Amino acid sequence: MIGLLASVLDEGASAAIDGRVIVYRVSLFVASLLFLVGLRMLTNPETARRGMQMAVVGMALGVVGTLVHHDIVSYHWIIGGLVVGTVIGIPMGLLIPMTKMPERIALSHAGGGLAVALVGIAEYLAGHPQEHGKFAMGSVTFEIIMGAITFTGSLMAFGKLAELLPGKPMTFPGQNAMNVLLLAGALGLLVVLVLHPHLPVLFYLLVGVSLILGVLLVLPIGGADMPVVICLLNSYAGLAASASGFALDNNVLIICGALDGGSGLILALIMSKAMNRSFANVLFGAFGSDAAAAAGGAGKGGNVREGTPEDAAELLKIAQSVIIVPGYGMAVAQAQHATRDLATALAANGTNVRYAIHPVAGRMPGHMNVLLAEANVPYDQLFELDAINEEFERTDVSIVVGANDVVNPAAKTSPGSPIFGMPILNVDKSKAVIVLKRSMKPGFAGIENELFVLPQTMMVFGDAKQTLGKITAAMKGGGH
Amino acid sequence: MSIDHILAGLYVFSLAAFLGYQIISKVPQLLHTPLMAFTNAISGVSVVASILIAGRKSDTLLIPILGAVAVASATINVVGGFVITDRMLKMFKKKGAAK
Repeated sequence: MIGLLASVLDEGASAAIDGRVIVYRVSLFVASLLFLVGLRMLTNPETARRGMQMAVVGMALGVVGTLVHHDIVSYHWIIGGLVVGTVIGIPMGLLIPMTKMPERIALSHAGGGLAVALVGIAEYLAGHPQEHGKFAMGSVTFEIIMGAITFTGSLMAFGKLAELLPGKPMTFPGQNAMNVLLLAGALGLLVVLVLHPHLPVLFYLLVGVSLILGVLLVLPIGGADMPVVICLLNSYAGLAASASGFALDNNVLIICGALDGGSGLILALIMSKAMNRSFANVLFGAFGSDAAAAAGGAGKGGNVREGTPEDAAELLKIAQSVIIVPGYGMAVAQAQHATRDLATALAANGTNVRYAIHPVAGRMPGHMNVLLAEANVPYDQLFELDAINEEFERTDVSIVVGANDVVNPAAKTSPGSPIFGMPILNVDKSKAVIVLKRSMKPGFAGIENELFVLPQTMMVFGDAKQTLGKITAAMKGGGH
Repeated sequence: MSIDHILAGLYVFSLAAFLGYQIISKVPQLLHTPLMAFTNAISGVSVVASILIAGRKSDTLLIPILGAVAVASATINVVGGFVITDRMLKMFKKKGAAK
């Protein structure tokens, strides 16, 4: 059978081709197809899980097909790596709370970048790309640059998301010039290494420069811009994987890298469009730094109308329609279940409840959707910006749970504001607004929010989870 | 590496990038987090390259060790990525099914 396959696939070439090479190549080919079909099925929540299972089969096939490869002479390092990876990977996947998903995604990008960079370094040490010509050498070098940037950049993003590092942008004079210089240096080293591959000193210098570049590129980027950064790093990881596929002449790597790179790029574009900012502005703008906060003019919260959870409940009892707008604050307070409880109480009262999800609410694409899904909110109650924005003016009460910049009318009204032009949820159009917030502190962008001082707005201060619990209790209590 | 090899690789890359762009544009915002976890898991297919490096004949010990570390980190992504994608996708339910 394999012999027949070999002769079909390799007609004209030597008949002595190793059957195991055929198994290897065919299994990677089938794996690629399964990945594509799986991705296609991921476009619909009904079929998404089956799509993922197809990709799992593809991955298993690819690994098994590779294990029979005739180049492999010893298995102990392979098995060691597979066992360690599985032992760490399974509990990590099972135990990580949904609120920590951005951190986990950032960490996994770091792991992906590291793996690809190490493959490139090992290939260079083994002397393969040097023998295989300029294109292979260029691919390996590019792979290492992207892999190393992804590795340290994602660790930085993780540090900022996990608040091990300050979430505010860290800037110093000449920072952008230095980054551009380092990037130019890395590309210069790439060119020199392609022309003169046998210069290990330059090779190690390139690895070092790329690692430093990853740190420096993420340093000036603030917490609220992390969705874009995570997507871009995702894209870099993909490009690195594709480059390694070119260097190793391995199509499945090229394909998966292209898919990964493409998805990261698309998501980054969606995110930056939802913030009305360019990539350059996100990467070099140091958004949300002290300068921007000062320009916002803090401390004019004079005519804020503050209410108790009981006041909010009174308002909600007579509401016909309610839209809930979750933001990063809901994730921080882990208030997704409390939010769902309030929605259930409202629905029991005959109120029409929907959720409005801004594309950049939270710290990664789809962050709010996952949290609400965890709290058993049916996904047909979740609406995207364009689908629900017209509805606010016909809505009795909007409840803002820990969102800030994505509901700030300044984006529409004040051309001087740093977020001017960003599409926002038109919460200010609804008849009444209840804002759940920890304090009057401005959001991550450091901008005053005039929504909070509108006459129809009631601010309820405190921990979102506790406040929501009190409102729900007050609603039920008053109902009898 | 011959020009044929390079061009064949570029064909594959261009077609995959085009197809990927078309498919991923259709993924709704609802599923963007699972999408990231999923593409992260499948890009862990670099494990196949790492396996070859970890198992190949080598004069130095450094190369298989680098390979083994690469196998481990790619495997964490593959295994962890699939587990977490599945956990997320299990949670997405329509009205009625949620109760």
